[in-house]
Amino acid sequence: MAKILIPTPLRPYTDKQDAVDASGATVGELLADLTRRHSGLKAHLFNDQGKLRSFVNVYVNDEDIRYLQKEQTPVTAGDTVSIIPSVAGGVDTVEDVRRSNLGRMGEPLTNDEVKRYSRHLIMPEVGVDGQRKLKASKVLCIGAGGLGSPVAMYLAAAGVGTLGIVDFDTVDFSNLQRQILHGTPDVGRPKLASAKDKLHALNPEIDIQTYEVALSSQNAMQLFEPYDVVVDGTDNFPTRYLVNDACVLLGKPNAYGSIFRFEGQASVFATKEGPCYRCLYPEPPPPGLVPSCAEGGVLGVLPGLIGVIQATEAVKLIMGIGEPLIGRFLIYDALRMRFRELKLRKDPDCPVCGTHPTVTRLIDYEQFCGITPGAPEPVTVNHATEITSVELKQRLDRGDRPRIIDVREPNEYQINRIPGSELIPLGDVPKRYGELNPDEEIVVHCKMGGRSAKAADFLRSVGFKRVLNLKGGILDWIDKVDPSQPKY
Amino acid sequence: MSDRRLTISAGVDQAIRRHGEETYPHECCGALVGRGDAVTDAVGLPNTTEEGPRRRFLVRPSDYRLAEQRATELGGELLGFYHSHPDHPAKPSQYDLDHAWPTFAYVIVAVAAGASQAMTVWFLKDDRSIFEEGSLHHGENTHPDPAQTVHG
Repeated sequence: MAKILIPTPLRPYTDKQDAVDASGATVGELLADLTRRHSGLKAHLFNDQGKLRSFVNVYVNDEDIRYLQKEQTPVTAGDTVSIIPSVAGGVDTVEDVRRSNLGRMGEPLTNDEVKRYSRHLIMPEVGVDGQRKLKASKVLCIGAGGLGSPVAMYLAAAGVGTLGIVDFDTVDFSNLQRQILHGTPDVGRPKLASAKDKLHALNPEIDIQTYEVALSSQNAMQLFEPYDVVVDGTDNFPTRYLVNDACVLLGKPNAYGSIFRFEGQASVFATKEGPCYRCLYPEPPPPGLVPSCAEGGVLGVLPGLIGVIQATEAVKLIMGIGEPLIGRFLIYDALRMRFRELKLRKDPDCPVCGTHPTVTRLIDYEQFCGITPGAPEPVTVNHATEITSVELKQRLDRGDRPRIIDVREPNEYQINRIPGSELIPLGDVPKRYGELNPDEEIVVHCKMGGRSAKAADFLRSVGFKRVLNLKGGILDWIDKVDPSQPKY
Repeated sequence: MSDRRLTISAGVDQAIRRHGEETYPHECCGALVGRGDAVTDAVGLPNTTEEGPRRRFLVRPSDYRLAEQRATELGGELLGFYHSHPDHPAKPSQYDLDHAWPTFAYVIVAVAAGASQAMTVWFLKDDRSIFEEGSLHHGENTHPDPAQTVHG
């Protein structure tokens, strides 16, 4: 039996006594016994997770238990244990607002909701409290594409109360291989319209907010502000840095994911304690070095897995359970079916989340990523180096026979081709240009004109005189000349 | 609205305002000593926060003990604490709520651009869900020098 000294504000819970007895071999046991005897104390001494509140100090004979063995500190008969308040307060910071929103409990569940979420409710880690936290939570999903689809569908199903989605694209046939929010009848519709239909059918209890805008430095802060967690499902570097910086500036965690070909990545960035995307990648790659999914392709099932990891992290952050993917970078290889985990540290020199940040407001992310905007596409064609698909068709019709070299990959050549073209993939051009005559007229093309421009430059550099690049590639050829062929 | 009330003497009112103005743009904090619902003394305490005193205050445990002692010496009891909100309204923040003790009266004085403004009093609801505003009354000056400062 030890004596516990009770501070003034807690005395109403101990029948006005300033000292009470409790038994236990450790401080933890003693406090458990104390709260059994005086149940009103529990909520004020311990938080929801059963941990001592930070402003509750416990001393054993004038020693703070934080410097002893915390709650395992042994107590023997005759010891005096004191509960001593720290008194703290102040005005809210962005971080407090986020913390208080995350984990705030919403309205009680309706009977329909109890039925719907029963598989959550029966798990003690979630329970009614966890479900009410989900109900009160607001998650913003950037993009309704490959990653956004599983993210939005699972978060809606799980009962996230407010789900925001930012996207301005329309559904294309080439999306359907992986973007499971959208179906064949949705082709041509705005992605947000089909997303809203699907999500509403899945769970009519939740509020779905859609924003049909291109995310920009001008609107990001305002869009993110009401949300607790942001899920980044973007497919390009300028937007990825924009999402990261806005999350850091607003103190909102960013459940990050990205996919390319057979590989995916995921992490949780921009929490107070953890690193941000810029701690990992301070600088973007040079433009064009890392191809997009439209250029490099992506396994259709891959975003399913990565998106579900992002949704899992969002749900954990909201309920405050488990071990979040903070300071950990998960890399998934679908072909080898392996996960790797890298440790990430917060960089004290990070320009946005470091100790002396230089980026304190959103910047021009296109420029940051080396993409020079503004210069409008010239309407005219440089006749010395380029040819349009219409011009090429006219010349073929006149009987001209320039040699047409397709520099795409064999699998692309199988999908569609310009009649009479020969395949020399870009990577093979340096070793196969001997098959071509440097004096004859050559038209090079690829899917959209980028790779073939490189091939044309190379051929000119080795002495070819008459090399023309097909502007807009085979996609433009199909649009303007031969719509019977499939596009990819 | 809480049905609880707090009466402060004119001297206590002045002492809290002066303390908030002196520490502006930082937050000030101190203890309220008195009997029942009447505050007779304001005991200024050092703000020991390590999170930036412009928006935080912390009364560490050793100063809390001093405040209790001082209350006994003054023949009263510890009724609560006051603090200032520099350039913010005299309303408790989420942070205040998260760190609040039951029973205590929390007096907040807004200080805008160095001049004290509204003063309010708040009490934590027993389930910790919200702060309820109490009614703040001004009473007789019961003490010749109410500004009892533990630390300068």
